Amino acid sequence: MSATTTMGTARSAAANRKHSLHRQRAWALWGSYIALGVFVVMFLVPPFYTIVTSLKSSAEISAQTGSPWIVRHPTLENFWYLITYPNFQTYYLNSVLVTIVTVAVSMTISVLAAFSLARMGFWGSGALATGVFLTYLIPASLLFIPLFQIIGGLGLINSFWCLVLLYPTLAVPFCTWIMIGYFSSIPKELDEAALIDGASYLQILWKVFIPVAMPGIIAATIFAFTVSWGAFLYPLAYLYTSNQMVLTVGIISDLIRGDVFQWGKIMAACLLASLPPILIYAFLMDYYVAGLTAGATKG
Amino acid sequence: MADGTSIPVGVIASPRSRARQQSTLRRFSQRRSTIAFLLCLPLIVLIAAFVVYPAFYAIYLSMLNKKMTAFVGLGNFAFLLKRHTFQLVIFQSCLFAVTAVVLKALLGFILAHLMHNIPGKNQRIWRGLLLVPWVIPLALSTLTWWWMFDPSYSAFNWILNQFGMDNVPWLGVGWIARFCTITVNVWYGTPFFMIMYLAALKSVPEQLYEAASIDGATSVQKLFFVTLPMMRNIIAITVLFSLIVTFADFDIVRILTAGGPQDMTHVFATYAFQVGIQSGDIPLGASVSLFMFPILALAAFFVLRGVTRRSKEIAA
Repeated sequence: MSATTTMGTARSAAANRKHSLHRQRAWALWGSYIALGVFVVMFLVPPFYTIVTSLKSSAEISAQTGSPWIVRHPTLENFWYLITYPNFQTYYLNSVLVTIVTVAVSMTISVLAAFSLARMGFWGSGALATGVFLTYLIPASLLFIPLFQIIGGLGLINSFWCLVLLYPTLAVPFCTWIMIGYFSSIPKELDEAALIDGASYLQILWKVFIPVAMPGIIAATIFAFTVSWGAFLYPLAYLYTSNQMVLTVGIISDLIRGDVFQWGKIMAACLLASLPPILIYAFLMDYYVAGLTAGATKG
Repeated sequence: MADGTSIPVGVIASPRSRARQQSTLRRFSQRRSTIAFLLCLPLIVLIAAFVVYPAFYAIYLSMLNKKMTAFVGLGNFAFLLKRHTFQLVIFQSCLFAVTAVVLKALLGFILAHLMHNIPGKNQRIWRGLLLVPWVIPLALSTLTWWWMFDPSYSAFNWILNQFGMDNVPWLGVGWIARFCTITVNVWYGTPFFMIMYLAALKSVPEQLYEAASIDGATSVQKLFFVTLPMMRNIIAITVLFSLIVTFADFDIVRILTAGGPQDMTHVFATYAFQVGIQSGDIPLGASVSLFMFPILALAAFFVLRGVTRRSKEIAA
């Protein structure tokens, strides 16, 4: 700015004003960064502490001396213990299996239904779409007790297959809702053209709608995955032997024995179990956020 | 999918081509709606079998006695309302949901604004960092919180000790435990509000702000007369939706305190679990969950109204 001072007063004043405006903006920007930084630090304290604890040996944790926030002798023994621990392997496999089947079932049901509700329609399809949205608002904790009886009647208590039946009820309504939004935004000319060319409805769905609405499909898949991977109430209520448990309940019931808390192993297990969702979100976050906000804003 | 042939068609060589054309059209639309219905059938079966039927079954169950041998009418509900523990549960559920949702909405709003201030290319990484609490499965991150609140070796107490303060019994005293459960919920739910509000902020047209600044509006005025009215619908839908989810929350209270100390943190879901599954009184547990229904229905009604109004605005 040294050049402006030598020039005429009028121009210098204008430049000064511009300068101060610029400075104000810069301050607002830095203020935002600092405030965000404070929030990020606060929000990341628990994950940080999980990592710190998972690297400590049992001896270091039970010594209970000095700062709990730093690791003095980092070790991977907790992770090694878990990876070679048959029960933990079983939980992980069960979780993966349940999640894959749930996602496949939920996506099939909701894509078919969304195509029908968004494009074809039949008597009462409007009411059904509203009903689907209402189902989305029903939380798992409202119906788990009658479901306990029903699952018992089907002979599926303490079998992880009951989760495959129940998780879709949590995932399908919102997946259908997202897909209806995406399918409705596809121009009608596209499917009319395909129809004139002699395509059947399933061909239209498969060759036109699904490729075009891929971002929506990814968002809905991530939602179904999240629901199925993180659910806690149903497995806690319906599973009680370790060969049937999934990760969320397995970690709690297996690594906490009475009053003995193996915190190092619990935290390592939490990290290992959080890994798949974190990886998926790291790569596909944009799709998911777009689908989620579109689902709410489009209505 | 060529089994539309089972529909009665009713065109037996009509002499007039006009009539035939009409019936072909009708046949086409009938076939179309049959296929449409068949595509929805899995969804209908799923919802009917595992949502609608259990809902009515819950009402039936809640009117039985503990051994499920006799019909007691509304006896379970009357019994619950008279119990001090259940009165606490009602109070705590409302306190938990309302406090947590208000805090989440406020913090989410502040965060969305801060995020909106910084340049777009940097937003992705910051958003990713802030979304971490929401990405980790809640049951697992609550375990970490539990460990941080641990009575014998609490990480928070260590920090307090460094500043010369006494240990706080985080989960051992009623009101402090309530505060802890709310904190965990706010920590988990704020990122969701942030991304919702951020999307809403981005959809406010820039011209409105320009017009407001030309009229000499201060930034506070812009917030109250431009931003908030434009975001009103999204705020309402997000808050109501989060109210439902928070009200029905199970994971946090179950893991952190299991309802204790002296039932001072129980909410509907955890109390229903304790009564219905752990103590085996299924009818009483079903009645506890059913108490949530009127409040949820009310919130759902407003959400639905907001959604339809919003879609009408978009269509207009």
